[in-house]
Amino acid sequence: MTTMTIAKGINNGLRVAMEKDSRVVLMGEDIGKLGGVFRVTDGLQKDFGEDRVIDTPLAEAGIVGTAIGMALRGYRPVVEIQFDGFIYPAFDHIVSQVAKMRARSLGKVKLPMVIRIPVGGGIGAVEHHSESNEAYFAHTAGLKVVCCSNAEDAYWMIQQAIETDDPVLFYEPKRRYWDKGDVDETTAPRELFKAQVCREGTDVTLVAYGPMVKTCLQAAEAAEAEGKNLEVIDLRSLSPLDMDVLTTSVRKTGRLVVVHEASTFLGLGAEVAASVTQQCFYHLEAPVLRVGGYNLPYPPSKLEEEFLPDLDRVLDAVDRSLAY
Amino acid sequence: MSDNAVASPSETTEPSAHDHEVLAELTAPVPEVGDGGPEMVQLLTPEGQRVESTEYDHYVQDLTDDDLRGFYRDLVLIRRVDAEATALQRQGELGIWASLLGQEAAQVGSGRALRPQDYAFPTYREHGVAWCRGVNPLNLLGLFRGVNHGGWDPNEKNFHLYTIVIGAQTLHATGYAMGIQRDGDVGTGDEARDAAVIAYFGDGASAQGDVNEAFVYAAVNNAPVVFFCQNNQWAISEPNERQTRIPLYQRARGFGFPGVRVDGNDVLAVYAVTQQALNAARSGNGPTFIEAYTYRMGAHTTSDDPTKYRVSAEVEVWKHRDPIERLKSYLVHEKKADQEFFDAIDREADELAATVREGCLTMPDPTGESMFDHVYVEPHPLVEQERREFVDYHAGFAAEGGH
Repeated sequence: MTTMTIAKGINNGLRVAMEKDSRVVLMGEDIGKLGGVFRVTDGLQKDFGEDRVIDTPLAEAGIVGTAIGMALRGYRPVVEIQFDGFIYPAFDHIVSQVAKMRARSLGKVKLPMVIRIPVGGGIGAVEHHSESNEAYFAHTAGLKVVCCSNAEDAYWMIQQAIETDDPVLFYEPKRRYWDKGDVDETTAPRELFKAQVCREGTDVTLVAYGPMVKTCLQAAEAAEAEGKNLEVIDLRSLSPLDMDVLTTSVRKTGRLVVVHEASTFLGLGAEVAASVTQQCFYHLEAPVLRVGGYNLPYPPSKLEEEFLPDLDRVLDAVDRSLAY
Repeated sequence: MSDNAVASPSETTEPSAHDHEVLAELTAPVPEVGDGGPEMVQLLTPEGQRVESTEYDHYVQDLTDDDLRGFYRDLVLIRRVDAEATALQRQGELGIWASLLGQEAAQVGSGRALRPQDYAFPTYREHGVAWCRGVNPLNLLGLFRGVNHGGWDPNEKNFHLYTIVIGAQTLHATGYAMGIQRDGDVGTGDEARDAAVIAYFGDGASAQGDVNEAFVYAAVNNAPVVFFCQNNQWAISEPNERQTRIPLYQRARGFGFPGVRVDGNDVLAVYAVTQQALNAARSGNGPTFIEAYTYRMGAHTTSDDPTKYRVSAEVEVWKHRDPIERLKSYLVHEKKADQEFFDAIDREADELAATVREGCLTMPDPTGESMFDHVYVEPHPLVEQERREFVDYHAGFAAEGGH
């Protein structure tokens, strides 16, 4: 066991992947000497060279578009988008090209690429630096979308994503980058596209991913003091969804609250609520509730604590669920 | 009630709106039709006269008479395939077709300059390049018939899938070229190894951000990619002046690599200029922008009506610059081909067209379930669940005795 931050977990995971496979290349803005604005690629250019850790021009469509070409040539590019809000110039390439290339070629071509995106708010940033846009990509067939919440997953999930032959969007909880955790570097504890029950409970199921997992675990602790026994699931994979873990939990608790930073309207919570309701209708004691960002443009940072779900809003939803 | 409303047709003497349009066009001055200007590289005049060029003769001097006749054959066959596809669309067998009529020389000249290890990234109109790469024309028709989205193996002929999103492929081409660099397949001096990429796009695409980003990425990486722009003068209904204020090839300078305008209807000049650019790329001298100055003789696609935005006088001017007629004149004048040869090519073209037609009409429709194939490489539970539901749903009808 080694203790490290989430950022270091990803950094170490990238290093291992690059050592294992010389076709793995990193591409992004300021990822070389600087090591990225969050230092996630710190030291990698020094050790692997400028041909494998590529400082790109400041143009996101260009980053993803050229990464597609690299993948077509047989490389496994890992792209860093500097902030969530800057992925939109690359949206066309991700949705129209990355997602569809395999189907368009009737399986003749694969695009094993990873697009890393620091996600979410809570860091007091200016606008366009705090967005949660995972639903756009989870909605898009042909992509896979994952989000890590802790150092061990950060270390292993990035390696597993790179090894995946399908394109993966890899969301990193930026406000948790410096959270530390124990990492077993000898064996991967779980598969990439599986959810994890990270706290067992019987009364209400909380499901979250990325930055909100910690919030939910704190909420569960607080609820325990009030005699409420909450189960917390880290979704980890947003597409595909691991419905088995979700339905098993809901059949036990009968109550589900979905928590994410993204706005609730047509967010991941909407899909989770619909799918769980469809599969667990007779087990539900209450409607599936959603706690998320309000359906507004992300507010100025002075207001973000009001906008983002926090422990109290999660517990409020738990109480409403239990009141049914 | 007006008098006109009760008049019988025979009594109507007013010209119709259509007659007005015809008269207006007949009396309108012939528009200024650009000829490419003095900077344009040309080795064959529209009349088929060979023009000497100290810079480019070198690239065509080794062409044998067989090679030249081969160019002619390519031009005629692909025009015939294109005409057949247009006819098939008119008969309802294709949903749409994007004709290359008029652009054959730009495509054959550049396509024949490629080596097997080079890689081409087409738009959706590069039927002539596909032909040169050895891609079966029926593969192209499959896309326009709605049978698939392309579906050929790009790595079989080093010819990527058609890209419909305007300009996107220029970035893919640049990234592919960056991969070639990392594989060490540039500047080794080994003719069978050194490779380059050619990215096709049009004058309309030159306005796209992707294309301009591709120029930046290619330049800063010194990537072995040739940007081959077929300036066919029209982006659907919008003429060049809606896309650019300077000749397109001059843009390259601002990005830091050479740009050259070539007569896109002169297969020899296109071949020469593309050779030069590919050689530069393969040997490590980075990208080149080629503007092949040509003309889209037909509609943008079969869904388009060019009579709404351009006058036929302009088309007439370009008919005199036809790429096939000029090569034919040259071959005849230089006694490099005789009537027997031309007749044989025409027969071969008709046979090819018949094969393409037959192949199109007998192309099997995909099965419904096949749409669930190939979404992902690795299993995806939702896709598999929906596949099962789809199969079960349809099996239910079969069980009831229906279809």
